[in-house]
Amino acid sequence: MKTQRNAELGLLAFAMVLVAAYGAIVEANQFDRVTSTFWVPAALLSVLFLGLHVVVRYTAPYADPVLIPAVALINGLGVGFLRRLDLARAIANKEPEPGFFAGTGGRQLAWTLGALILAAVLLLVIRDHKVVSRYAYTLGLVGIVLVMIPAVLPSSLSEINGAKLWIRVGSFSIQPGEFAKLALVSFFAYYLVRKREVLSLASRRVLGIDFPRGRDLGPVVTVWLLSLLVLVFEKDLGTALLYFGLFVVTLYVATERASWLIIGLLLFFGGVYIAYLLGASIGGPFANFYDRAEVWLEPFATENYDRVGGSYQLVQGLLALGTGGLFGSGPGAGSPGFVPEVRTDFIFAGMGEEIGLFGLSALLVVYLLIVERGLRAGLAVRDSFGKLVAGGLAFTLGLQVFVILGGITGLIPLTGQTTPFLSAGGSSLMANWLLIAMLLRISNAARGPAASGGGVDRPGGPKKAPTQLHGAMTEVIKP
Amino acid sequence: MPEFVLTVARFGFLILLWIFVFTVVGVIRKDLFAGVRSKGIVASPRGVGGTVPSGPPPAKAKRGKAARQLVVTAGQLAGTRITLGEAPITIGRAEDSTLVITDDFASARHARLVPRDGQWFVEDLGSTNGTYLDRGKVSGPTPVPLGVPIRIGRTSLELRP
Repeated sequence: MKTQRNAELGLLAFAMVLVAAYGAIVEANQFDRVTSTFWVPAALLSVLFLGLHVVVRYTAPYADPVLIPAVALINGLGVGFLRRLDLARAIANKEPEPGFFAGTGGRQLAWTLGALILAAVLLLVIRDHKVVSRYAYTLGLVGIVLVMIPAVLPSSLSEINGAKLWIRVGSFSIQPGEFAKLALVSFFAYYLVRKREVLSLASRRVLGIDFPRGRDLGPVVTVWLLSLLVLVFEKDLGTALLYFGLFVVTLYVATERASWLIIGLLLFFGGVYIAYLLGASIGGPFANFYDRAEVWLEPFATENYDRVGGSYQLVQGLLALGTGGLFGSGPGAGSPGFVPEVRTDFIFAGMGEEIGLFGLSALLVVYLLIVERGLRAGLAVRDSFGKLVAGGLAFTLGLQVFVILGGITGLIPLTGQTTPFLSAGGSSLMANWLLIAMLLRISNAARGPAASGGGVDRPGGPKKAPTQLHGAMTEVIKP
Repeated sequence: MPEFVLTVARFGFLILLWIFVFTVVGVIRKDLFAGVRSKGIVASPRGVGGTVPSGPPPAKAKRGKAARQLVVTAGQLAGTRITLGEAPITIGRAEDSTLVITDDFASARHARLVPRDGQWFVEDLGSTNGTYLDRGKVSGPTPVPLGVPIRIGRTSLELRP
């Protein structure tokens, strides 16, 4: 198979043209003219992404060509939108135009640099994704510790806006849960590769569905309890859903048995419903979740709207999306100032007002394509560990987009998740770029010629391109 | 800045965004078809003469039908098929085999199938429990006719046109 690196470069150039155009239109709408430096943020981003492209060219030449440009587009538009908020604020306060590294947009640009360096380092250090499985138990422990740290820290060090998800040191804060995802996926994948046989073969049949034996349920129940603890002590449904969904789906991928999905959904919704009932009756640690559910059920009720921590955010977000309509007001022409938390949780609502349903759905399709390429890498790679890691990572990304977007649009109770690659925030950006680097690494193994697939079986014969042996396709036909 | 320019820019941006999406889809599509084409080249039977497989599907070679697929007919992997190319197929429990079988009676590198001038030969690689072609034990490279089962442990394989 061809390396497709030039296709990647072309798409990347296209994405950067879009980011530059976005910047120009923003300035046209904000200043009523396009300044001579509108292209600078896009150019800086292009240099950064080009750097990663070069690293990929040398370390993962067969990697998927679509991942980097698609992510670069979203990341670039995120930087552009944050800069647009900075411009609007500067105009309102009659300040001079902020510098390219000032304000939230500038900081996001700097974070992008950091995230891309991390991704490049991962690609350079991990030349074979199977190496990761050697550190699986360490990673599992690291993941659980990262999840737990904010829960055990005192609120003053870990709580922002009612959710205990942070480690705060002075003005600097990181969200360890974002990185925990990566560690946990690797651990789950390793564990399930070891256990898949027993999980998928030993079973009892009830109502036509194969249910696993009780003792095999142990790890699932453990993770379920862990995610409920997150829900209760960190007051964050989204993260809980993320971890739990991650484990259930990895389990499903490993065993190919739908019963896990059914069990998982039942356990999760059961747990959430009980938490809701407990919140209604005894309050305590469940009260926060109960409030969120109430707000979700009746966002437009006056008592919910006026309450502190009520549905004000959600309603403003919905109104912004509604104002945008089909085509939006145009980049830079909306009023995202009305939407609270528009830099982080509600960035999709803020952008939605300006690019409309038409533009938002394009962004969603881009997310979808990123997830699809991740799953494709999982399908194509030959080793089970790689399959599970790629599937798990791609699914996490998709689930995270679902959780935050579902929250903003009122489909599920709103929880403070970041929108991957779009929201302001270094932790999220770095963790998600690491995720993409891992997917690039696995897709390189999946699409490239088999490194070890020859040697033994071609003695004497001419050294043919190993693609031939590797190209022998297996397909399973279900009876 | 005139209203007209802003409107054009606004819609132009959205259109450009969707063009990007479709370009990405186009790259993915090309990728898929590239895979299909290379599979076609790999899968072409040797009987045709190994140059460029063009024109009608070369099903009728000189010596009857050429084998195109290796199908697992019994055992855990029953139903698996491998499209045959010009590369040898290795069978065994080792992860790097072309066909990885999880059969307790199979060795890590059990047997291999090698094409010679359009005919496939099966060869035992010193396995513990042996490879059988129909009922006879395979000792050296043995030509494999179409539809005759190769038995490895509990697994049976057949060449199909």
